[in-house]
Amino acid sequence: MMAVARELPVAGVRERRWRGVQAFARNRTALVGLVMVALLLLIAVAAPVFAPHSPIEQSTIHRLEPPSREYPFGRDDFGRDILSRVIYGTRIALLVGLLSVALGGILGTAMGVVAAFRGGRTEAWLMRLTDVLLAFPDLITGLLILAVLGPGLWKMIIAIALTITPRFSRIAHGPALSIKRRDFVEAARAIGVGDARILFRHILPNIVGELLVLASLWTASAIRLEASLSFIGLGVRPPTPTWGQMIRDGTVHLTNAPWFSLFPGLALLLTILAFNLVGDGLRDALDPKTQA
Amino acid sequence: MVRYTVRRLLLAIPTLLAVLTIIFVIVRVAPGDPATAALGDYASEEAVQALRQRMGLDRPLWVQYVRFLADLARGDLGRSLITGQPVIDQIRHVLPYTLELTAAAILVGLVIGVPIGIVTAVRRNTAVDYVGRVVSLAGLSVPAFYLGILLIYFFAVRLRLFPALGAAEFSKPGAHLHALVLPALSLGLIEAAYVTRMTRSVVLSVLNEDYVRTARAKGLPERVVLFGHALRSAMIPLVSLIGLFAISLIGGSVLTEEVFARPGLGKLMIGAMKQKDYTMLQSIMVVYAFIIVLINLVTDLLYGVVDPRVRYE
Repeated sequence: MMAVARELPVAGVRERRWRGVQAFARNRTALVGLVMVALLLLIAVAAPVFAPHSPIEQSTIHRLEPPSREYPFGRDDFGRDILSRVIYGTRIALLVGLLSVALGGILGTAMGVVAAFRGGRTEAWLMRLTDVLLAFPDLITGLLILAVLGPGLWKMIIAIALTITPRFSRIAHGPALSIKRRDFVEAARAIGVGDARILFRHILPNIVGELLVLASLWTASAIRLEASLSFIGLGVRPPTPTWGQMIRDGTVHLTNAPWFSLFPGLALLLTILAFNLVGDGLRDALDPKTQA
Repeated sequence: MVRYTVRRLLLAIPTLLAVLTIIFVIVRVAPGDPATAALGDYASEEAVQALRQRMGLDRPLWVQYVRFLADLARGDLGRSLITGQPVIDQIRHVLPYTLELTAAAILVGLVIGVPIGIVTAVRRNTAVDYVGRVVSLAGLSVPAFYLGILLIYFFAVRLRLFPALGAAEFSKPGAHLHALVLPALSLGLIEAAYVTRMTRSVVLSVLNEDYVRTARAKGLPERVVLFGHALRSAMIPLVSLIGLFAISLIGGSVLTEEVFARPGLGKLMIGAMKQKDYTMLQSIMVVYAFIIVLINLVTDLLYGVVDPRVRYE
């Protein structure tokens, strides 16, 4: 009896997950996204290898030089190599994107699952708070939190993580609630399995797919948010190159040096697209209903 | 319908109160004293104390909270810490620009997104569908401020068709609309991508419904099945989505206003943030909260109009 209660759902999850992996592998756009993400990670980690020049070395006599063989993306208002700065900018973008989603995802999932588990007043308060936070557009929430925290890399990550938190608690709450009431969880509880074990063996494996979809889509959004906040001028301070800041600095020179804004923006666009492709592919793979 | 409306109205009150409380708490926990922030680091101790007293910051927190709500109820949003002018005047001046931009963007999003969404759903798995899906996914991935810059570059700098920056007065309708085109497009085209995807999935799910199969089975022409049966019910979820779009556009307008140097609520908020004008910041957040709660309310009511089932829940 005990073996059945514990093994059945887990086997089901594994099988479903394997089918999901197969469906994902068949989805060509998703694979393209995955390859793009892998490349971006490689570029971020090995930025010094890929960058042809220093991202911070200035040369004012060469300021705003158009793209050339030596400097394919041209030079910025301090004569710095835009390509190298775009390459180094991958680091901040991915760091902020991935860390803030990891933080916000864990916090939000915990909130949603705890609310579902505890029920009663805890649930009412946590989910009410979630709803109120969800009412605001992500950019406005992020702006307000960042205004309160002040500028800086970690504060940026925390601001975006807190913006993301309620999205995860809303998504984690529903399935956690329905799984909690399912027979196999009741059975596990009846034979004295503890809360933590139920959570990690039964609840989380069942919602991990949905959370992964959400995580990759929100990584795309987190990267967009970081760039937006940097564009507004609330981002990580110079000279650390960030795409949003570069685009902002370039807008002044849009008439005489359009490459200044256009190339960092293109990098941003492709990065966001990569994570969106992965998220979309994952969703299709995990949910046969939405498959076209 | 009256009972439904009243109930929704009453439900909006606690939400609004919760949002206002959160705004109050967040602005109060901001590190640094607003009075010091407003006067700068070199202000004398007496000047800071005087301003604190004038702003009521020396009172206990709950007194400040009650005053905050009481002032709001009277429509008093306080004075800017920087200019000393009543905040409400500045907000009243820029609000029409933001609302107009948002409305124009919704229009662009619907006019482009709904037809493409329907076509890609009906012609599922054809080249049209594939192209539509790729383009809409790309559209979702373009940050609004970058699209704005691209539009400025091509249509203002290169082709010189539209002004690059700013907005014209409402009193000059021609120039005013002319300056609205690029901002509305930069916000609306991205929304169109969302609308396309939503419309496609809604129409797809409706096309699988039994009554659509029945309509086909009894030999109705495809045109009648589509427009008479399928699309009519597909529009119901879309109505509630318009509310969501409107809220996300309110957020997007912040960046669009920044890119196009357009007056608006977002531009005012960014300025207040940089100048640490906490009264202004708090008031703008309150206005956003009102707008969002109002949009949700209107969406709910519209939902009750288009879908009678909702009213009897």
